[in-house]
Amino acid sequence: MRIFRASSVFLALTLSAGNALASELGDADRGEAAFAQCKGCHQVGQGAKDRIGPNLNGIFGRRAGAIEGFSYSKSMARAGADTLIWTQDTLDAFVENPKALVSRTRMSFRGIKDPVERSDLLAYLRRFSDDPSNIPEAEPTASGTDHNVDPAILAIQGDPEYGEYLSNECTTCHQVDGGDDGIPSITRWPEEDFVVAMHAYKEKIRPHPVMQMMAGRLSDEEIASLAAFFKDIE
Amino acid sequence: MNINRRVLIGSGAAAAMLAAPMVRAAGHGKPRVVVVGGGAGGATAARYIAKDSEGEISVTLIEPTRKYYTCFFSNLYLGGFKQIEDIGHSYGTLAAGGVNVVHDWAIGVDRDAKTVSLAGGGTVGYDKLILSPGIDFVEGAVEGWDLSAQNAMPHAYKAGSQSELLKAQLEAMPQGGTFAMVAPPNPYRCPPGPYERVSMVAHFLKANNPTAKIIVADPKEKFSKQALFQEGWANHYAGMVDWIGADFGGGEVSVDPNAMSVTIDGEETKVDVCNVIPAMKAGRIAELAGVTDGNWAPVNAADMSAKADPDIHVLGDAASQGDMPKSGYSANSQAKVCANAVRGALTGTRVFPAKFANTCWSLIDTNDGVKVGATYEATDEKIAKVDGFISATGESAELRKATYEESEGWYAGITADMFG
Repeated sequence: MRIFRASSVFLALTLSAGNALASELGDADRGEAAFAQCKGCHQVGQGAKDRIGPNLNGIFGRRAGAIEGFSYSKSMARAGADTLIWTQDTLDAFVENPKALVSRTRMSFRGIKDPVERSDLLAYLRRFSDDPSNIPEAEPTASGTDHNVDPAILAIQGDPEYGEYLSNECTTCHQVDGGDDGIPSITRWPEEDFVVAMHAYKEKIRPHPVMQMMAGRLSDEEIASLAAFFKDIE
Repeated sequence: MNINRRVLIGSGAAAAMLAAPMVRAAGHGKPRVVVVGGGAGGATAARYIAKDSEGEISVTLIEPTRKYYTCFFSNLYLGGFKQIEDIGHSYGTLAAGGVNVVHDWAIGVDRDAKTVSLAGGGTVGYDKLILSPGIDFVEGAVEGWDLSAQNAMPHAYKAGSQSELLKAQLEAMPQGGTFAMVAPPNPYRCPPGPYERVSMVAHFLKANNPTAKIIVADPKEKFSKQALFQEGWANHYAGMVDWIGADFGGGEVSVDPNAMSVTIDGEETKVDVCNVIPAMKAGRIAELAGVTDGNWAPVNAADMSAKADPDIHVLGDAASQGDMPKSGYSANSQAKVCANAVRGALTGTRVFPAKFANTCWSLIDTNDGVKVGATYEATDEKIAKVDGFISATGESAELRKATYEESEGWYAGITADMFG
């Protein structure tokens, strides 16, 4: 769960111990089969074109929302401007739960929960990035980690009254009427998506310095309280 | 700290309240809150108390101007990115939301009788008084300048007619003329403000008067977002801006508004426009209320109450609170903590721990926005910084553009949060 920090520590330990486990990549052939569930929207390989989703050639190392002429969601364009780069880590997080990383992405996909399946898929996609040899074998999530928020955290019952007080901090920037020019709207946000997104900021998986800072000092209970308040906001 | 404990604390406080009713309104109907100053601190506090108390608390806002021009974004007006109407706000929505808006000057506070006296005559009684008067200028701070010279040499550090005057003078500058700024010493309202202004003036001059020069006399050795501004000035306005810091005599300044000259470290220069931003102090009503110590009003971090009087709270620029910069965002953040505490004291609602935040966006040139921000907490001594960030030099054009667009979103957000 607290993935990045936890897994990089794990990585450092395993590397120094000369253990090859953490650098183990998925099986690209199995990944090709897993890609079947993406094919409805994405193409990859020679002659791949942008369809419902952008083509995935050269995805590793590309900035989010960067294909000229492709009509991205506002959320994805913002993530790119906020310097979200597609790496083994960020792709793994995105494929696991797209909305945790990019709240209102148009990618309507529930995500792949199985870390092995994700690493297989990413191993397959790496074949179509310009120079896979430049992609470090030892990226922290190469062997798959769990980006999901701990179910125990998701199960915390928030205190909506406290959430209302905490939400006052949000409305300094986010417009209460749902306007979203420059800063995204935060109304009508499903409770679980909200919690997952806040934890992604807190763990600095999602880019954006203000949100990382704001979420960074919220306790698990405070995030739950905010979620409990926001779920009822029209 | 965990929520269960907080809930316990909350209900514990509520139980104590039932046993021994809190301040309450002594001998009159509803508890009364009077707010002096309708800016980022005062308007926000008035709005939140009226909104959240749902009529349980009578809220009066005393603000002399019928239209409030935000100091934040007033530099963008100078640069031509905003019209003056874009930064003007009226109080109609606050009034409709239950705030009794009185357009008058508060000229005195009787802390024993708990009343505020008004320039137009009469007094308003309070149980809790919130002062959010912004800044006034320290007399004699810049040799040769006083308020009678503010037409010849505008400060434009309270937005509105002063901003319009400075813009008119900028537009009337002769080709190749000189724009001088006398920057203020710490602490002052909006730390990046003077330097964003330099950027916006440079932006205007680059398009309309490209051989003009900007001189900044600064009593400080360094300033907010300095690396970002200086990088931007070099990239966008090469050779136009001459910043003279304290190391080079920038603090040794006098002005002559009749001769339109500025003398820096003994060297006199004729200028065409001179923007004097003097040293600042708390808006005068804080001093009249007797809650200042020196130039500012010391407050307790947990609820922004004045150290001198538990029934007076001081918000925003006027307060001496610790680590937070004097900014509209800070004042708005402090107002919400204060509103929660005041409501709790008057009607026994739950009081939650103070959390503060600030972010200051600045525009350097078209689509070249930068920001700095931090979170804060209340300690026994002060408001203390927890965590922070600042834009980096050399950021991509996309990120800078997104930062500018974000600042526009923030402006829409905070003004809606202040005025409803």
